[in-house]
Amino acid sequence: MKVAGNTKGRVENVRLLDRVSSRKAALGTLYLTATHVIFVENASETRKETWVLHSQISSIEKQATTATGCPLLIRCKNFQVIHLIIPQERDCHDVYISLIRLARPVKYEELYCFSFNPKLDKEERERGWKLVDLNEEYNRMGIPNNYWQISDVNRDYGVCDSYPTEVYVPKSATAHIIVGSSKFRSRRRFPALSYYCKDNNTSICRSSQPLSGFSARCLEDEQMLQAIRKANPGSDFLYVVDTRPKLNAMANRAAGKGYENEDNYSNIKFQFIGIENIHVMRNSLQKMLEVCELKSPSMSDFLWGLENSGWLKHIKAIMDAGIFIAKAVAEEGVSVLVHCSDGWDRTAQVCSVASLLLDPYYRTMKGFMVLIEKDWVSFGHKFNHRYGNLDGDPKEISPVIDQFIECVWQLMEQFPCAFEFNERFLIHVQHHIYSCQFGNFLCNSQKERRELKIQERTYSLWAHLWKNRADYLNPLYRSDHSQTQATLHPQIASCNFLYKFWSGMYNRFEKGMHPRQSVTDYLMAVKEETQQLEEELEVLGERLASLQKVQSNDNKVKSKQQDQNKELGRSTSNISLANTPQEYNSNLKSFPSRSPSQGDEEDSALILTQDNLKSSDPDLSANSDQESGVEDLSCRSPSNGGCLPSEDSGKDSDEAVFLAV
Amino acid sequence: MEFAELIKTPRVDNVVLHRPFYPAVEGTLCLTGHHLILSSRRQDDAEELWLLHSNIDSIEKRFVGSLGTIIIKCKDLRIIQLDIPGMEECLNIASSIEALSTLDSVTLMYPFFYRPMFEVVEDGWRSFLPEQEFELLSSITDEWRISCINKEFSVCPSYPPVVIVPKSIDDEALRKVAMFRHSSRFPVLSYYHKKNGMVMMRSSQPLTGTNGRRCKEDEKLINATLRAGKRGYIIDTRSLNVAQQARAKGGGFEQEAHYPQWRRIHKSIERFNILQESLIKLVEACNDQSHNMDRWLSKLEASNWLTHVKEILTAACLAAQCIDREGASVLVHGTEGTDSTLQVTSLAQIILDPRCRTIRGFESLVVREWLQAGHPFQQRCAQSAYSNSKQKWEAPVFLLFLDCVWQILRQFPCSFEFSEHFLIMLFEHAYASQFGTFLGNNENERSKLKLQQKTMSLWSWVNRPQELSKYKNPLFEANSLVIWPSVAPQSLQLWEGVFLRWNRSSKFLDEAYEEMVTLIEYNKQLKAKVNALRRKLAELETDDQMQENA
Repeated sequence: MKVAGNTKGRVENVRLLDRVSSRKAALGTLYLTATHVIFVENASETRKETWVLHSQISSIEKQATTATGCPLLIRCKNFQVIHLIIPQERDCHDVYISLIRLARPVKYEELYCFSFNPKLDKEERERGWKLVDLNEEYNRMGIPNNYWQISDVNRDYGVCDSYPTEVYVPKSATAHIIVGSSKFRSRRRFPALSYYCKDNNTSICRSSQPLSGFSARCLEDEQMLQAIRKANPGSDFLYVVDTRPKLNAMANRAAGKGYENEDNYSNIKFQFIGIENIHVMRNSLQKMLEVCELKSPSMSDFLWGLENSGWLKHIKAIMDAGIFIAKAVAEEGVSVLVHCSDGWDRTAQVCSVASLLLDPYYRTMKGFMVLIEKDWVSFGHKFNHRYGNLDGDPKEISPVIDQFIECVWQLMEQFPCAFEFNERFLIHVQHHIYSCQFGNFLCNSQKERRELKIQERTYSLWAHLWKNRADYLNPLYRSDHSQTQATLHPQIASCNFLYKFWSGMYNRFEKGMHPRQSVTDYLMAVKEETQQLEEELEVLGERLASLQKVQSNDNKVKSKQQDQNKELGRSTSNISLANTPQEYNSNLKSFPSRSPSQGDEEDSALILTQDNLKSSDPDLSANSDQESGVEDLSCRSPSNGGCLPSEDSGKDSDEAVFLAV
Repeated sequence: MEFAELIKTPRVDNVVLHRPFYPAVEGTLCLTGHHLILSSRRQDDAEELWLLHSNIDSIEKRFVGSLGTIIIKCKDLRIIQLDIPGMEECLNIASSIEALSTLDSVTLMYPFFYRPMFEVVEDGWRSFLPEQEFELLSSITDEWRISCINKEFSVCPSYPPVVIVPKSIDDEALRKVAMFRHSSRFPVLSYYHKKNGMVMMRSSQPLTGTNGRRCKEDEKLINATLRAGKRGYIIDTRSLNVAQQARAKGGGFEQEAHYPQWRRIHKSIERFNILQESLIKLVEACNDQSHNMDRWLSKLEASNWLTHVKEILTAACLAAQCIDREGASVLVHGTEGTDSTLQVTSLAQIILDPRCRTIRGFESLVVREWLQAGHPFQQRCAQSAYSNSKQKWEAPVFLLFLDCVWQILRQFPCSFEFSEHFLIMLFEHAYASQFGTFLGNNENERSKLKLQQKTMSLWSWVNRPQELSKYKNPLFEANSLVIWPSVAPQSLQLWEGVFLRWNRSSKFLDEAYEEMVTLIEYNKQLKAKVNALRRKLAELETDDQMQENA
């Protein structure tokens, strides 16, 4: 592959600045490849490498040249920030121009997933794509049944091009009603089933806003809602939840859109839940990231900035909407129709949060994959537009699924035993939504993905994560635990203090800020050892029994025993931790001590690792070797495994060919 | 005085108790000299509340018809409500509680009446003696001596009878230094860093005044802690501005000219009413259920509590860094050396010394650096966040210290032998207790009160195995390294275990904790079983071999 134009693929004597401590910088060489930006440190003993996928780059900023060189700031969608200083202004400009082009591909074929090759054969790849099967999922929910059926009305995307071909609708909703209803809904996104609760026949359906304007009606749409209500014989009304702020919804009426008039629909209860639109959310995230980027902020700077960003307020609004719906379904036994404007952002967030609260299956690893496929991928969440995979309108970009992922994390914090997966799993899912290493999240709809033949040309993320599931398990999860059984009831409404800043995500690469010892990793190691002990116990028990029986000697026992002795000697977690003091006082460095650079030298001298907590994912561990630079540079204390293993940033070693100058 | 005089109505029936996250309980309310007791009459559910009067921070009463309601706000931050039928009964109960919770004489406090129901295995009053500390020290270095100069508390009323000072400084010199330091708190040894022989000393401010008084003995004393040609750091816990202002009142700081081998660093840690107000605001924010997300964050910010945590931790990290990384000795002081100084010296030890992260070591640290060092617990912990009476000396200095320890514990969850519960227990006992440990303001007062003879030590109770097991951290694995916490705002969190303890249900978190303990316990059991089986197998095999050989 070629890099556009006559750009330089390699620049020497580049300095990579430490984000927290500006006086620490690593000298090295910067490479641009077709897929990655790579920084390799000169320091011969480590030669740490930092790899950044082009698709992760969200912005590149060239700052004013100083005496030391020309600063280049690369901000990534996975919240990594890379601050480089390039000696020559001209080189910096070249790198800048190249990256601008590389970070904004115009064709899907330029994306990494089309060149990424994990060396799986065709069968394995196909199996990977079959891991998540939505028909199976609807069957699991108990559908089709007496009230619900699969409809082929959209088989050629003829009714709605952003919907899947297979949609589930009430049995009484004829094709005529569906098509009629679709004509009365924005982008023809008619009400379709998202979640069904077989215990009480309640459903969560989703759609876009009705084209009601100030007075328009549509008989078929009214029939459609009635069909949904009647599919739940236990209840005599249906909730219609508009997830927009009332003011926004009213403004839409002037454009011929709007919301359901309770008078026109029989037995609905209409409810607004004010979640802000994608533009507000984009700005909110931007503000919060600015706070995260502050150099040594005071507590007030941080808290004030966090509040001012409004981020946690928005997270809470989404949670509150999900909680409302889950309550309606589980406690009141009332079905809910959810929509926003187009029904692909807020609606997806809210439906999936509600499903997660209601159904323990979605809190398993497999179930979570299914949930994302169901509520996001299949229902036409515009991944390409929202996450800027291809160069496009910056106003379309918004952290919609990031917010959903954060909601899951907030729930994990409140219900530590309820989820089969851990924080690392969420972080890796977020990473890959942006990485374009796997085909799952390409394009804006199922239709586009089919046209591109994604499943034949790329690999599925779910198979990759599933293969490495041991790394993503929550050690506190037990399928027979009460928290994993039924509906989760978060403490609601008033409990603002339950929503916390997620530094594991937004300051993900500042490892020095995170707890230096991970309880999760510790417990995972304990569980692994427990399993070994159980096995050994069985072996020993058998040996003992046979020995006592025949009273004969068996040499094997001895050798086996010696092996096992070694194993047992290994501590569950000889967690050693490396860390170094921070800049607790800027005065300190000017103190005329014996060795002026003492602080700096000692800082890097103290490197310890957690050998036994290594990732079992071959890809991950391979990357953590080559990529340890990512971690070490972004934090002051390399403690591999102490936090999360380095992210699989989507590089495979064969693919990464350094381009010649 | 008889308590009976204060108890006009000792018993009321049909009282309803409301607590957050519990169903209301109806029962009989009894007042004793030291407790408020509510016992439900139902046999099936013997719900009981025992509340020490000294735990009550403030009470409010209101009436709807003849039904009175008393809202009791406790020093441990809990708020409970009692519905009492009958206006007279309610008024009587309220006034009794008010009187009993604000007894002005220490000797009327519960510790003087408490009779332990457990067997004392080890007398906590004798568990942590300075002589033992010195014995440990003298096995490593002979540069220090124990001085009995303060035997009768005659030189420094807030110091313990014995202190550790440089060997080369005699008692005569100490007397002169004491004259030169605020409240006579001359520099003494706080911590010896085995790794490199560097030390941390603490004292109060020097009395330089506006005309720059100096004291040769003082200079000699602190220079005695330096190796030849080496320098040290003086960490002043006040901002330069505050330290300069102190000169006008006769205080001050070490001038470079007189202490050329020392470099002074000013850190600004707040004190007294600023901290108290911060606590009041924080608790108010935590209890306010009405506001929205934004108001919660701004109230949290406005309380400044986490700012104090960050400042204190930063200063402690700095002290530890000077000792461990710069290889320099350190002297820490603020004004009196009884508050922020102790926060810094004790936290620095937790960072540097693995021993302080064990239960026993932490207890010893609290005894050395807080009780014996003369932190005025009685003044500081008389009231908590709900009190209306604003007393000048109240300040949550110790609570802030515990909060900082919790922050480090959260960042190094496997490096402490004790869990969060241990810290919460200490917080509770510092404010209200059946034990005498936290009574009095210094060793002098404690000895006058004859606490050792008349009250039980908290440590006697805590250090019994069955009690200790409640406070052990299941994740603990001894870690001999220095642990450097992060002081970035993103790394510091609100201590929910204390501040949200009564405002949120902890059911799911408790379940997670139990799950964790179960996992670890099961692992230990399996290990024991496997080892036993191995031994058994080995025995059988040797038997077999012997038989064969025979």
